[in-house]
Amino acid sequence: MNAIIALSLFGISSLFLGFLNNRKILLPATLIFILFVLGLNFADWNHEYLWFNSMLRTNNLSINFTTVILISTLLVVAISRGFGDDEEHSHPAEYYAILMFSVVGAIMMVTYENLIMLFVGLEILSVSMYVLTGSDKRNLRSNEAALKYFLMGSFATGILLFGVALVYGSTGSFDIHGIGLAVKDAKSQMGGVYGPILTAGVIMMLVGLLFKISAAPFHFWTPDVYDGAPSLFTAFMSTVVKTAGVAATYRLLSTAFPDMYGTWGNPMIYITAITLIIGNITAVYQQSFKRMLAYSSISHAGYLLITVLAKRPETNSSILFYSLAYSIATISAFAVLIVVSEAKSKAGKPDESFDALNGLSKNNPFLSFVLTISMLSLAGIPLTAGFFGKFFIFTDAFSNPSGIFKGLLIVAVLMSAVGIYYYFKPIIAAYMRNGDTEKIELSPIFKYTLILTTALTIILGIFPDLVKNLF
Amino acid sequence: MLTISLILLPIIAGLITLTTKGENAKTIASIFAFAEMILGAYVYYSFAPNASTQFAASYDWIHSAGIKFSVGIDGISLILVCLTTLMVPFIILSTFKNNYKNAPTFYALILFMQAALIGVFTARDIFLFYFFFEVALIPVYFIAAIWGGDDRIKVTFKFFIYTIFGSLFMLLALVYLYMQTAGIAHKSDFESIYAAAKTLNITQQSYIFGAFFIAFSIKMPLFPFHTWQPDTYVESPTAGTMLLAGIMLKMGTYGLIRFVLPIVPLAVDKYGMIAVILSVIGIVYGSIIAIQQKDMKRLIAYSSFAHVGLMAAGIFSRNIDGIQGSLIQMLAHGINVVGLFFIVEIIQQRTKSRELARLGGITQTTPNLTVYFIILMLGSVALPLTNGFVGEFLLLKGVYQYNAWAGAIAGLTIILGAIYMLRMVQKSMFGITSKITDGFSDLTLSEKVVLFPLSFMVIWLGIAPNMFLKLTEPAVIQLLSIVK
Repeated sequence: MNAIIALSLFGISSLFLGFLNNRKILLPATLIFILFVLGLNFADWNHEYLWFNSMLRTNNLSINFTTVILISTLLVVAISRGFGDDEEHSHPAEYYAILMFSVVGAIMMVTYENLIMLFVGLEILSVSMYVLTGSDKRNLRSNEAALKYFLMGSFATGILLFGVALVYGSTGSFDIHGIGLAVKDAKSQMGGVYGPILTAGVIMMLVGLLFKISAAPFHFWTPDVYDGAPSLFTAFMSTVVKTAGVAATYRLLSTAFPDMYGTWGNPMIYITAITLIIGNITAVYQQSFKRMLAYSSISHAGYLLITVLAKRPETNSSILFYSLAYSIATISAFAVLIVVSEAKSKAGKPDESFDALNGLSKNNPFLSFVLTISMLSLAGIPLTAGFFGKFFIFTDAFSNPSGIFKGLLIVAVLMSAVGIYYYFKPIIAAYMRNGDTEKIELSPIFKYTLILTTALTIILGIFPDLVKNLF
Repeated sequence: MLTISLILLPIIAGLITLTTKGENAKTIASIFAFAEMILGAYVYYSFAPNASTQFAASYDWIHSAGIKFSVGIDGISLILVCLTTLMVPFIILSTFKNNYKNAPTFYALILFMQAALIGVFTARDIFLFYFFFEVALIPVYFIAAIWGGDDRIKVTFKFFIYTIFGSLFMLLALVYLYMQTAGIAHKSDFESIYAAAKTLNITQQSYIFGAFFIAFSIKMPLFPFHTWQPDTYVESPTAGTMLLAGIMLKMGTYGLIRFVLPIVPLAVDKYGMIAVILSVIGIVYGSIIAIQQKDMKRLIAYSSFAHVGLMAAGIFSRNIDGIQGSLIQMLAHGINVVGLFFIVEIIQQRTKSRELARLGGITQTTPNLTVYFIILMLGSVALPLTNGFVGEFLLLKGVYQYNAWAGAIAGLTIILGAIYMLRMVQKSMFGITSKITDGFSDLTLSEKVVLFPLSFMVIWLGIAPNMFLKLTEPAVIQLLSIVK
C-alpha cells in the first residue's frame, strides 16, 4: 500500500514543482510519478496484507483495480497537454496535484477493509472532483456543474454514511469481513430474515455508491456535470471515478453482504435494467457529442453492474476487462472530442456537438480512425476490446439461473443494439458528412497516447487472453 | 496451415494495399486477390471427397474460457470458400474503370472483407464464427456508406443496425449453447456444441431456433426481414453490392445449414414449415416486385431476394436434394449476380442511367455485351445447361419432397424469374435506340476479362455440376445423419 503514500507525496511535490517557472516539466514529471506508482503497486502481488491497523486490505483483485485506475489516470494525464498557456489555466501544478490526490481516494475505495476508509476514500475522490469540475472558472456551465455535483454528491455521501452507521449498529463492526461474518450468523440464526436496521443500512449504502457510479435513478446529476466540466476532467470522471465506484460496490456486496443477496439482489437487477434503458435511450436523442458520452457512461455503469450481480468466479476478471476496455475507449473518444471541439470553437466556446465532427476524415484521417475504433469498442463490435467486454458479461449473466436475470440479459442485448445507433453518429459525421476541418496539429505525446489506446483496443479485441489471464 | 493462410493472405494484402498510393492500389489488390484465388484452387484440388474436416488448424484463443481459434474446411465450407476466392478478384477487376477517392482504403476494405468471409466459412468454433460474422459487416458497411449513392447514410445505417440487431440474438443463443456444454470448463468448438445440443428439450430448442432464425433471416434476407436489402443494394457502389449479394448473403444460408439444422432438429421439425412458408412467400413476393421495377439494380436486388428464398426453403426441407441444391445454388447465384451487377454498372457508366424506360437498343452496337448479358441472364433464369438450372432443379425437387404444395408454389420462381429477367434484357438491350444509348460502345478488354470467365463458369457449372456436388455430398450426408 506504499502506492497511496507515494502518490500523496508526489501530489505534494508536484505542487512545489509549480513554483518553478518551467511549466513544461510538470506533464512528464506527473507521468513518471504515476508510472512509478504503477510499479510500486505490484509490490504486494500475491500477498494478502492488512494495512494501517486493518484499515485497508490489498489482494490481487484490489491491485488489479488499482492498475486499471492508474492506467486510466496515466492516459488522462497524457492527453492533458499541460493545460494550455492561457490565463484561465494558470495553475497547472494544482490540477496535477488534485488529480493525484483524487487517485489516492480512488485507490482507497478499491482496497478498503474498514467502511470508514470507504467513506474517506470516496470523500477524497469526490471533493477533488468538485474542485476540478468547477475549474473552468469563467464558464457559467462549469460553475453550475460544480455546485450541482457538490450539493447532490454531499447528499449522497451523507446517505452512505448513514448507511454505514446503521450497519455498524446492527452488526457491531466496520470491518467488511467482520460484517460478512455477522450477517452469516444472523442468517443461520434467523433464517434469512434480517432486522430493519441492517436492511435499511445496506440499502442506504448502496444508494450512496450507486449515486457515484451514476446508476439510474440516481443519475440525474451526470449529464449536466459531465457536460459542464472541462472535457479532460469529464474523461477522468467517467473512467477513474466509475471504475472505483463499481469496484467499491463489488467489494462491499461480495465481501460484506453476499448472504443478503435475497435483500439486495432483485432491487439491484431492476436498477441495472433501468440504468441500461435510461442511459441508452436518452443517449439516442443527444445532439452534443459530450452529452452523448455522458449518457453512454450511464449505460456502461449498467453493463458493469450486470457482472457485479452475476456471482460467478469469473466475475473478477470480467469486471476488470470491461472497465479497462471501457476506460481506454472512453479516453480515446474524449481526446478526439477535446482537440476537435477546440479547433472548432464557436463564439469562444468549444463546439461539442456532433456537427463539429463533420468531414473530420478529410484532413484528419488519424483522428477519425481513433474515433472510429473507440466508438466501435464502446458499441461492442468485434475486433475491438469492447466486444469481448460485453461477451464476458453476457457469459457471466447466462450462468445465473434465475429467470429475472434472463430478462435483464434480454434488456442488455436490446440496449446494445440501441447503443450502436448513437455510437455510429460520430463515425457517420466524421466520414460521410461534409464539413471542413483544418488539419489539427497534435503534440507528440498526445499522438502517441492515441496510437497506444487505439492499438490496445484492437489488440485486446483480437487477443483478450493477453489481459484476461492477468486478472 | 492452408486455411490459416487463406485468412491471413487477404489481411496482409489489405495492409500492403493501404500503404500504396492512388492508382497502384487496384493493381496490387487484384494481384493479391488472384494469388488468393490460386490458393483457393489448390485447396479445391487437394480436397479429399469425404465428410472429414480438412486443412484443420487449432490454437488456443481465449484459454480461460475454452475458446479456440479453430478453422478447417469440410465439403460445405469448401463450396463457399471457392465462391469467395473466385469472386473477389473479379469484383476488384470490375472496378478498374472507376476512380474512387481514397482508393487504397477502398481496396483494402474489400480484402479485409474477404478475410472475414473466409473466416466465417471456415470457423470451427462458434465464437470464432460469430467474431468473423460481425467483423465482415464493418468493411462492407464502410464501403457502402463512404462510396455509395446519395441516400447512402440513412440506408446503410439501417442495414447495419438491422443486421447487428439480429446477430446479437445469435450471440445470446451461442452463449446459451456454450453454457450447456459438458463439464465445468465449457468448450465452444462445433463438436462439443453439437454434442451439447443433443441434450436440449423442445422448449430450449425453440428459443434457440428463434434467435438463430432472426439472425440468419435478416442476413439473407428472408421475408419479412428484407426491408433493408433493396435500398442497400441500390445505394452501395457496385463492388459493395457484389460483395453483399454475391457472397455475404450466403453467410445466412451457411449459418442455417451449419447451426440451425444440426443443433435444433426438434424445433426445425416443429417450426420448419413456418420457415418454408416465409421463404416461399419471399420467392413469389420478390419475383412479383421484381417484375415491376424500373431500376435495373433494384430489379436484380429483388431477384436476389427471391432466389435466396428458394435456397432457404431447400435447406429447411432437410433432404439431400434440397441442401445440395442450395449449396450449388449459392455458388451459381454468386457468379450470376456478380456478372449481372457488373453489366448494370457498365450500362450506367456509359449512359448515366439504370432506368429501363430510358434505355433500349443497346444491342445494335454491342454484340459482345449482348452475348454475355444473355448468358448471365439465362443462368439466372435457370435454363438447362446453365449453372442456375442445376441448383433450382435440385432445390425444387427437395422442396417438393418435403411438401408438394410448397414445391409447386416455389416452382413459380422459374416462370416469374423468366418474366422479370427477359423483361429487363428486352427493355434495356433491344428495341429502339434511345437518346442516351445512341453510340453505346462495346466492351473494352478489361470488361471482357471479367465477363468472359463469369459467363464461362455459368456454362461450365451447368454442364459439370458434379465437380462440386461430389465434394459436398459426403458432408451433407453426414449432416443429415445428425439431423435425423
